[in-house]
Amino acid sequence: MSALTFTLKHRPDQRVDLSPLVCHNLAGKEIAEIAALELQSGKAKLRVDSLFKISGNDPQNIVIKNSFGKLDFIGKDLHGGSIRVEGDAGAYLGMGMQSGSIRVTGNAGLYAACEMKKGTIEIDGNTGDFLGGALPGNKMGMKGGLILVKGNVGERAGDHMRRGTILIEGNAGDYCGSRMTAGTIAVMGQVGRYAGYAMRRGTLLLWNQPQLSATFNDCGAHTLGFLPILFASFKNLNTRFADAAVAFNRVRRYAGDMAETGRGEVLVKL
Amino acid sequence: MIINGVTIDATFAEAFPMKATRAIITAQNEKWAMISAQAMTGFATSVIACGCEAGIERVLDPSETPDGRPGVSIMIFAMGGKGLAKQLETRAGQCVLTSPTSALFAGIDGGKPIPLGKNLRYFGDGFQVSKVIGGKRYWRIPVMDGEFLTEATTGQVDAVGGGNFLVLAESQPQALAACEAAIEAMRKVPNVIMPFPGGVVRSGSKVGSKYKALGASTNDAFCPTLKGMTKTELSPEIESVMEIVIDGLTKEDIDKAMRVGIQAVCDLGAANGIKRISAGNYGGKLGPFHFHLQEIMA
Repeated sequence: MSALTFTLKHRPDQRVDLSPLVCHNLAGKEIAEIAALELQSGKAKLRVDSLFKISGNDPQNIVIKNSFGKLDFIGKDLHGGSIRVEGDAGAYLGMGMQSGSIRVTGNAGLYAACEMKKGTIEIDGNTGDFLGGALPGNKMGMKGGLILVKGNVGERAGDHMRRGTILIEGNAGDYCGSRMTAGTIAVMGQVGRYAGYAMRRGTLLLWNQPQLSATFNDCGAHTLGFLPILFASFKNLNTRFADAAVAFNRVRRYAGDMAETGRGEVLVKL
Repeated sequence: MIINGVTIDATFAEAFPMKATRAIITAQNEKWAMISAQAMTGFATSVIACGCEAGIERVLDPSETPDGRPGVSIMIFAMGGKGLAKQLETRAGQCVLTSPTSALFAGIDGGKPIPLGKNLRYFGDGFQVSKVIGGKRYWRIPVMDGEFLTEATTGQVDAVGGGNFLVLAESQPQALAACEAAIEAMRKVPNVIMPFPGGVVRSGSKVGSKYKALGASTNDAFCPTLKGMTKTELSPEIESVMEIVIDGLTKEDIDKAMRVGIQAVCDLGAANGIKRISAGNYGGKLGPFHFHLQEIMA
């Protein structure tokens, strides 16, 4: 069995909703059936084979080649299996994902991994705003799983995040971890202004001192026993976070956001 | 059967099903992990009055512990799951939570999870922090020396309690020396504990008593000072009897521990005053697990 591969033949002008091309939806379908599936693109519906050359036969292992930033909803509600995106992904990558894994070799757009429940999303490039966040009007963002971004992320990463882990090797924009209810966001690079804005619980683990709001209170320097366990859990990941040399357990702890319940924390490496 | 001059009785030890769990205590150094572990497994020699039987399984290298610090593995055995959970939680709260620099982790998977730090978290008075790492929930409870880190639950498994053998010797020092040798060898066997003080019990019991309030009383058949006034099991030259009781996760674990223990005793042999190895049973009617000494040593 070889990976079910969708190679983009040309770049459409309109954005395309790729949500039907997920493993659990394609399982048991013949290539002809898959080719006849319709994808929403603006007002039009496009057959899959009008956009993609299809090859391979393993629907649990999907590859999207020549991908670009207008292919939205890749891996939406993915329930098992893996998707590899060669190139950029559009908005809502892995939205509501329930299990499985997604790997993007390029960048991802807005709302990547928003409201994901479980599984792993790995993005080699940068992502847009609201990574792992909640859709507008919703109260819960990411509820579990792991997001790994090797580049930079936009604003409001982890907005309304409920559980799970976001690892960012690069920089994070403003309002990182805003309105977080729980979970862990680790940022190796710089974070923008208003980190942890209105966070209730959860942990922002930072390599560099951020400019924190006045509503975060300094609790002093500490050696925390859970950090070695947290870092050990990254050791099998394809990331700099897996490197034992980057691990630390000595941090300065800021409690906040005191404008909320104040039970969240920003931990800054010492 | 005779090994190195020591007679192995044609009898068997009788053991019972129990519920067991294991926890890992770590600390800044082995000294403090051991202090905490000793406190947690204290007053836990027999379910008759302690509520559980507990002991230290072994010292763990930092590479074997979840947080990379020196640790000690302890096991607790009880007659039922509820009793086990209660004992575990009480002991964790009073003996590990309180112990400087300690952290507490699950040491076994399987079965219905029982609370380890799940309820201890309320000691944090609202300041406790939960972290789910690698699918396991941990609680960080703020305490005066920093943070007490504990896993929320640990596993409980079906186990076997009450494996035993008796060492019959010509003198008390010789019986004790033989038991010490046995315990040293048996501590190297995984998945077992010897819950009595130093692993050795000198007051083996029989079922029942002349006093109605008591369910168990001294095993007069093996008491050397009663040789002339009771139906004794002892020959004239036996002056002291000591027992080693073993709880293990499986029958095979206890088999192995009994084998190395009896072998260590026999290695001292008749030359060091060891005359016989026997075992305690209730006629085979009470416990489903029978450990036949001669089969084990065959």
